Amino acid sequence: MSDLLDIVDRVVAQAQPGEQVEAFASRGGDTDVRVYQGEVEHFVAAQAEGIGIRIIQDGRTGFAYAGTLDHAAVAEVLAEARDNVQFGTVDEWAGLAEPDGVAATDQSLWNDELADFETDRKIELAKELERLTVASDPRVRIDDSNYADAYGEAAVASTTGIRQWGRENGCYVSISTLADDGDETQTGFGFSVGRTPTVLHLERAAREASDRATRLLGARKPASSRTTVVLDPFVTAQFLGIISSTLNGEAVVKGRSLFKDRLGDDVASPHVTLVDDPTNPLAYTATDVDGEGLAARRNSLIDQGVLQQFTHNSYSARRAGTVSTGNATRGGFGGTPGVGALALSLQPGTRSQQEIIAGIDEGLLVQSVTGIHSGVNTISGDFSTGAAGLMIRDGQLAEPVREFTIASTLQRMLLDIVEVGGDLDWLPMRAAGVTLVINDVTMSGE
Amino acid sequence: MIDQDVIERTLEAALRTGADFAEIYAEDKRNTSVSLDDGRIEQVTSGRDRGAGIRVIKGDTTGFAHSSDLSERGLADAARAAAAAASQGDGRTRTVTLERDTAPTVNVVGRYPETVPKATKVELLQRFDHAARSAGSEIVQVSAGYGDSRKHVLIANSDGVYVTDDIVRVLARISVVADGDSGMQTGFQSMGHTVGWEIFDPSHEGYVDVEALARDASRQAIVKLHARPAPSGAMPVVIKNGTGGVLFHEACGHGLEADHIQKGSSVYAGKVGELVASPLVTLVDDGTLAGEWGTLAVDDEGHQTQRNVLIEDGVLTDYMWDYIRSRNDGRAPSGNGRRQSYMHLPMVRMTNTFVLDGPDDADDIVASTERGVYVSHLGGGSVNTATGDFVFGMNEAYLIENGEITEPLREGNLIGNGPQVLRDIDMLAGDFAMGNPGTCGKDGQGVPVGDGQPTLRVKSMTIGGTAA
Repeated sequence: MSDLLDIVDRVVAQAQPGEQVEAFASRGGDTDVRVYQGEVEHFVAAQAEGIGIRIIQDGRTGFAYAGTLDHAAVAEVLAEARDNVQFGTVDEWAGLAEPDGVAATDQSLWNDELADFETDRKIELAKELERLTVASDPRVRIDDSNYADAYGEAAVASTTGIRQWGRENGCYVSISTLADDGDETQTGFGFSVGRTPTVLHLERAAREASDRATRLLGARKPASSRTTVVLDPFVTAQFLGIISSTLNGEAVVKGRSLFKDRLGDDVASPHVTLVDDPTNPLAYTATDVDGEGLAARRNSLIDQGVLQQFTHNSYSARRAGTVSTGNATRGGFGGTPGVGALALSLQPGTRSQQEIIAGIDEGLLVQSVTGIHSGVNTISGDFSTGAAGLMIRDGQLAEPVREFTIASTLQRMLLDIVEVGGDLDWLPMRAAGVTLVINDVTMSGE
Repeated sequence: MIDQDVIERTLEAALRTGADFAEIYAEDKRNTSVSLDDGRIEQVTSGRDRGAGIRVIKGDTTGFAHSSDLSERGLADAARAAAAAASQGDGRTRTVTLERDTAPTVNVVGRYPETVPKATKVELLQRFDHAARSAGSEIVQVSAGYGDSRKHVLIANSDGVYVTDDIVRVLARISVVADGDSGMQTGFQSMGHTVGWEIFDPSHEGYVDVEALARDASRQAIVKLHARPAPSGAMPVVIKNGTGGVLFHEACGHGLEADHIQKGSSVYAGKVGELVASPLVTLVDDGTLAGEWGTLAVDDEGHQTQRNVLIEDGVLTDYMWDYIRSRNDGRAPSGNGRRQSYMHLPMVRMTNTFVLDGPDDADDIVASTERGVYVSHLGGGSVNTATGDFVFGMNEAYLIENGEITEPLREGNLIGNGPQVLRDIDMLAGDFAMGNPGTCGKDGQGVPVGDGQPTLRVKSMTIGGTAA
């Protein structure tokens, strides 16, 4: 096991009568290699550690953290958290998570092969990716080519009986490309992610980075219209992340979810079955426990268009009169747990993206979106993002387009989904990608 | 924070593998934050971050390592790791001798936030909440936050830079939700300055009235309850003073960062001396503006910040530079080397980026616009520097019809191409104001930035709404 458990145990043992105490400690590091034109541009070897302590007494919460596990600093954090309790407002639902008897699904999140992987070979992977990408098309040049890996371990313990420790590691390669044609430049990216370097797929990352940039060459601003959009898997995964924040139990109990009174209603088309399942080992964000130390579990959120449940941590669940769905999230030792989806996916259909496009007379394939954070409001439901992609005409990909927006509302988009592709692919985010077809979206251009 | 002889020995250890440059950036930061939501003080948080990052450059390769252990042993380990990362080593030795500078004073702090009782900070948020809820019965939810920090930094390098600074920040933000027949709408306001608690004192010159900010957030949300869908397509856009600096941050600021220029990934590469904007536009990046959110006495590489004119009367005059890129180009850095924390490598970043006043009158700009959109509160944005295409959100906007501001619009993004939009600025007023504090994200790092502009008009931009 680990000295991190000893550290959090020692903190919890100092709880005073009437106090609930939770300690979360973590330690980790990462390597980040960036290559440019065959040379190492930078090599970063970083380590970080820290502890966060939450204390709840008589319904009041206090919190403190420090970016060190130094003995004296931990004592100071505990004292600060205790001092901060008095300023909290009494909240009848405040409380730490309590063990709920749900068994955690074992996950293999640690790989020794990666832990022993040599530095020279990390640099070589980034150089190889750059070589492959440059060789793929004479119009392509490189902005940067990267190899990165990270490892981390974390322990959480509380006076309510939570006691968990875990560790994981992972790695990826990524590349940013520029494609030139005369005065015009377009950009692309590619990546591959894995728990060990041997599964990284450099050829695919290189091909995607090259294709994404070159196929936008010659792109023009399109005319405005209402049309059918086909979201590329990477874009769908971003869209699911937005949808999940409307199903967030904390937003629901605080009156900020546009679906707050809609449990049991048809909120999406019958093609939509949305599941959050961090116990699926294929998910990049697979985990055995959530941010409060409860077992992660499979939750069906929308079933054939019908809203089934929201995601909850122990606080939002208590307040909603239900039980935690194991969806506590934690951004590290510097914050208290929030609520969020952990590993979302749509139930896939059967057809490939090519087959889907072949059946569309007029539409748009969206390759990338920008400005999701500035143009989407998950409380009002307004959706508007910048986009780039290719027009679809008579079942074929046609001319590239850029500098336009796509807009609708989240409520309408869920109802306007007409097909989910069969090309489910787990991506380095909290959602899987899949081709998604949405009708009646406004495209704003000229 | 660290003794001078320890710094010198650490830099010497970092140079031992034959590097041309070694640097230590150490920080000791304490912060306090308060969060209020749903009528309750959720929690007071106290945080402490302390550590040092060591950067070693050999040729074109940078090695970097950091440690939260500021003892000589911890620093030596980090120095060795960074040196090994930069090269395989040739065992030469170099001596480093430092003479300490204190950063010039650009921000005057009247009352250090750590001397203010936590209960007083809590009370500030409660006033925020009360003012927002009192603005109308439509306001159903309020979330607010307060944060302050004090960061001591020490920057030293093998070129002889050795400087310390003491950076104080205060920040407050509020988000409200209004509910009506047409669903929920949101409003937002914030303030942030590199000063102390005196900014909340009504007798202080730079006083910020948080209750007025709260009422404004509520007003935005309530107005939008009756908003109609934003139009779809290209039309003139008027942007209110002090709300649209992010337009320039995205339309050209990022594209003028020398790292993008040197890699040929900016539409502005090779354009110094050329007319790149309407002759009305003079764009400045200035890290020395007292009290502003992007202000720093010295940048995160120890170089004094300065006022850099980037575009003058429409002509591109210069880019922004950090240490590495200025060294590559054989020129002086411009004080734009910044990093999120000791755990991050510095790179070229903006500070406070703004457009100077123009000749027009704000009211005339609206009056001379037959049909268009008036944006009075902008959201965030992003840009692709290689194509120049950028977006930004409109949090509060109205239709302009026959020269008058009429109906409120629902939220959406605006999209444009940087070089085109700069040329299309056809009116610029004389009512300059700084905008809300921002956090600029680049390559995974966030740094505080400021922006500002007078009221202006872009003759055509694409509005990303759903209405015809």
